[in-house]
Amino acid sequence: MGDGVEGRVDELEEMARLCRIDIVKMTNAAGSGHPGGSLSAIDCMVALYGTSIRFDTNNPNWEDRDRFIMSKGHASPAMYAILHQMGVLEQRDLLGFRTMGSVCQGHVDMNWTKGVDFSAGSLGMGLSFGLGCALSAKMDSSERSIWVMLGDGETQEGQIWEAAMAANYHSASNLRVIVDRNRIQNDDFMEVQMEIGNIGEKFASFGWVVREVDGHDMTALVEVFRWVDSSDEGPIAIIANTTKGKGVSFMEDNPSFHGKAPDDEELSIALEELS
Amino acid sequence: MSLPSVGGASRDGYGNALLRLADDPRVVVLEADLGKSTKSCHFREKFPERTVSLGIAEQNMMLVAAGMASSGKIPFASTFAIFTERAFEQIRNGVARPGLQVHICGSHGGIHTGSDGSSAQTIEDLAVYRSIPKMTVIHPCDDLSAEELTVQLLNLEGPSYMRTGRNKVPRMYDEESKLDLRIGTGSVLEEGNDVAIIACGVMVGLACEAASTLSEEGIGCTVVDMHTIKPLDDNLLARLSKQCGCFVSAEDHSVIGGLGGALAEWLSSNNPIPLEMVGVKDRFGESGGVSELMIEIGLTSESICEAARKCIDRKNAA
Repeated sequence: MGDGVEGRVDELEEMARLCRIDIVKMTNAAGSGHPGGSLSAIDCMVALYGTSIRFDTNNPNWEDRDRFIMSKGHASPAMYAILHQMGVLEQRDLLGFRTMGSVCQGHVDMNWTKGVDFSAGSLGMGLSFGLGCALSAKMDSSERSIWVMLGDGETQEGQIWEAAMAANYHSASNLRVIVDRNRIQNDDFMEVQMEIGNIGEKFASFGWVVREVDGHDMTALVEVFRWVDSSDEGPIAIIANTTKGKGVSFMEDNPSFHGKAPDDEELSIALEELS
Repeated sequence: MSLPSVGGASRDGYGNALLRLADDPRVVVLEADLGKSTKSCHFREKFPERTVSLGIAEQNMMLVAAGMASSGKIPFASTFAIFTERAFEQIRNGVARPGLQVHICGSHGGIHTGSDGSSAQTIEDLAVYRSIPKMTVIHPCDDLSAEELTVQLLNLEGPSYMRTGRNKVPRMYDEESKLDLRIGTGSVLEEGNDVAIIACGVMVGLACEAASTLSEEGIGCTVVDMHTIKPLDDNLLARLSKQCGCFVSAEDHSVIGGLGGALAEWLSSNNPIPLEMVGVKDRFGESGGVSELMIEIGLTSESICEAARKCIDRKNAA
């Protein structure tokens, strides 16, 4: 890695720590929400927003920005935490999460939150939406890239593979997917619910360029996104191996924290671990 | 009214409209392998760089359209009416909820589709799309009106669903009268004071036939082409409910939730006058010739006449 990157990694790791604190705080304040999949995805998002994505914090709706499609829309706390770090959302916005009139809706919503590019909440749709954004960028001869964050459980939806098939056919080289491979879905571990095997191989068989990465190793993430930026190939799928609930011991690898908020006691333990 | 000329099918009007819309560089066309049927094929032939062929994958198509709309395009996505329903939740959550300007066209709707049989004979599309917030729902009666209304979609904010038909039908409009059409405004084709027959799609022509039969009995009918099922033309309904005192709805669609259902909702809240519904009575269709099927299902001018007489009797008994 080049000069200064190590310092940058420290900075990103600190940003991820602050995001994790926001995630547990806002779900606790709401008394509901999805901390597990937010904590697993957040390092990838920090690495992306911190280094690669073209995003104007003063103008979050800049027409030629890169798009970030949070297809696993229940991981909205991760999105709001990032937007807080980017200066788009305030702490008080985050603490209004899931309350009436809040800009932080239960699932990410492009009509409610500046800097959110997709209204999610129903799994399996974001990759198709991203493909539409990617094809439009090509038609406009724009350099913008389209990033789509998928959950691994979400890839059980057939529409994901409709989109994967179409993306390759339409040469959507500006389309990039991150699969948050945390191995847990709503009810239980995927291997209990319906394991789908090697997701990277599946994308590769649809003609995608695939890289696997440790989704919590900031150095590796920065490297992989740097490689993506320099690549003319695509569409690209990054399979990020992650741990659900990463960073909070009792949430890690624990299916019950997919869709459950920490209570006050759990919050104080979590904050201590994240301090 | 002069005798109607025989035109194309309403799907032909949709195809012609896309060509007229091509001047606007924002317009893109999305297909799911049925461009030859929906008639988006003409646009694809002339503007391949602005046509996205997505294969037999309707769910993906609706969200690709949504993504394109979020990027400044105005997508027109078409397939058979019944296959748009396969992507109902995609349309609900991915298109309508964010209020994206995606125009969906479902062709081959209704019993009038004929010999393909019940799998293609969509009889619930108007009902399901009408139930989605922000959706405009349109069902034109001939090729010229389909063309004109499709062209107007360019300036409609938000999503729409239009059902077009497979088969050729008599024209209710000509090149001049089509210019008076407006999305959201019902077209009054005939004026009379005894009953208002409010129809859409292929039933508009049959409503005019029924009005002609009824006039020989001394019954004066207003005939409305209610091409826009949502939003309903409140002003027109308010006027006609006073003027005629009873309504007949006529649609090649289930009587549950479509135009008849919409009129029933309107009347119960505004002016509870008698309403008789001509439509598909909670059953699926079957294969057959168009004429014999329409008789079997009860979608005929005679059914409209019977409904009108019954409706007038109810009005007079009240």
